[in-house]
Amino acid sequence: MKLSRSPWLIHYDCSSCNGCDIEVLAATMPRYDVERFGIINTGDPMHADILLTTGGCNHQNAPVLKQIYEQMPNPKVVVAVGTCACTGGVFKDCYNILGGTDTVIPVDVYVTGCAARPESIIDGVVQALAILDQKYEAYTTDPKAKEGN
Amino acid sequence: MMRIVLCVVYLIAAPFVGCLLDGCDRKITARMQGRQGPSVYQPWWDLQKLLAKERLMVNPSQFYLMASYTVFVVISGALFFCGSDLLLVFFALTTSEMFMVLAASTTSSPYSSMGANRELIQMTSSEPMVLLTAVGLYLATGTFSVAETAAMGGLPIICKLPGFFIGFVFILTIKMRKSPFDVSTSHHAHQEMVKGVTTEMSGATLACETIANWYEHVMLMGIIGLFCLNGTVWSMLLAIVVALAVYFLEVLIDNTSARVKWQTMFKLAWGVTIVCAGVNLFVLQMLR
Ligand code: SF4
Repeated sequence: MKLSRSPWLIHYDCSSCNGCDIEVLAATMPRYDVERFGIINTGDPMHADILLTTGGCNHQNAPVLKQIYEQMPNPKVVVAVGTCACTGGVFKDCYNILGGTDTVIPVDVYVTGCAARPESIIDGVVQALAILDQKYEAYTTDPKAKEGN
Repeated sequence: MMRIVLCVVYLIAAPFVGCLLDGCDRKITARMQGRQGPSVYQPWWDLQKLLAKERLMVNPSQFYLMASYTVFVVISGALFFCGSDLLLVFFALTTSEMFMVLAASTTSSPYSSMGANRELIQMTSSEPMVLLTAVGLYLATGTFSVAETAAMGGLPIICKLPGFFIGFVFILTIKMRKSPFDVSTSHHAHQEMVKGVTTEMSGATLACETIANWYEHVMLMGIIGLFCLNGTVWSMLLAIVVALAVYFLEVLIDNTSARVKWQTMFKLAWGVTIVCAGVNLFVLQMLR
């Protein structure tokens, strides 16, 4: 059984400038068509396996991000898309910005670029799939992994 | 004997057929949108994934309600394929939907509750036509029994009931929760209602819904096929061809229309029911 054959993702925009969001959506368009890998962009954390985040985290959206992450059933992976989601990017020193996604939740794959190109987003998601399978193996063999991934 | 065989075949084969239909649906949809699309086996992999994942539950009763939903859909399909009473089939199907509505409303999630409300509206819109279909078939054949209807000689019933057929195909879009009538749940992201009735379901609970959908779709196609049967072999071939054509039509409608408001759905469904089924009923009565 491979979870990676059916990865459903949810996209959360922390405080992106919308540049990265447009690129994420572009990846689902006919030109790139991520659905050929079985990837579906679902809007529901309860259905999702992969969390794509864009933009740096701030005090206001950190609890929201945390909640979305917690609502996702195990095993799950997180992909930070864009320089802002990786480190905070150009907004890093703003008074309200905490930093990248990993200041709030654990991140598995970092996709850099400002904005991240659809090709690299797809590449990042495909790398995340390998991690998803590893996590699933740990999930089925190790009872402790069931509690938190 | 034949009836029991058919019923067992349905119980075993329906999920696979439904899954394949679903896979073809996604492939055709992708091609219509100029995309390559996933493999036709994708829904099968999706189901395996759902069963493998953690079952997060907002409310433990939700899983049992969804399981009941699945069981009742399977019962109604089994009743249909073993040639039982058509009214019984439709009542079992309606009961199953009530379980789905209950499952969605056990959570306090606003999206799930909204989905449940809308599911009820969908039922209100489609149920009159469903019941009238049974009435129409009775008037045309003099029996509610599916087996006797299917074995009835002469011209296929569709020749006597074209209005009922059109009406049933129309509400099929509501039953299959496809655009423009996908008001209670949707296959697409970024919706005003997230995922409607299925918002709070994950893992095996969602898998129940998927399996029930496959069983239901096969049964609905069976009802479409029933319109074409007259006990001969060629009519069985005709039934399969017509059912597949109707399924393709549903995919086409899904891809070429945007979701309407529930009011529009309600008016359209009742309008079509009254006009198509009503006129057909009138003509049938005149000819008797
Ligand atoms: S990485 Fe660049 S494009 Fe992406 S959200 Fe940050 S500023 Fe915008």
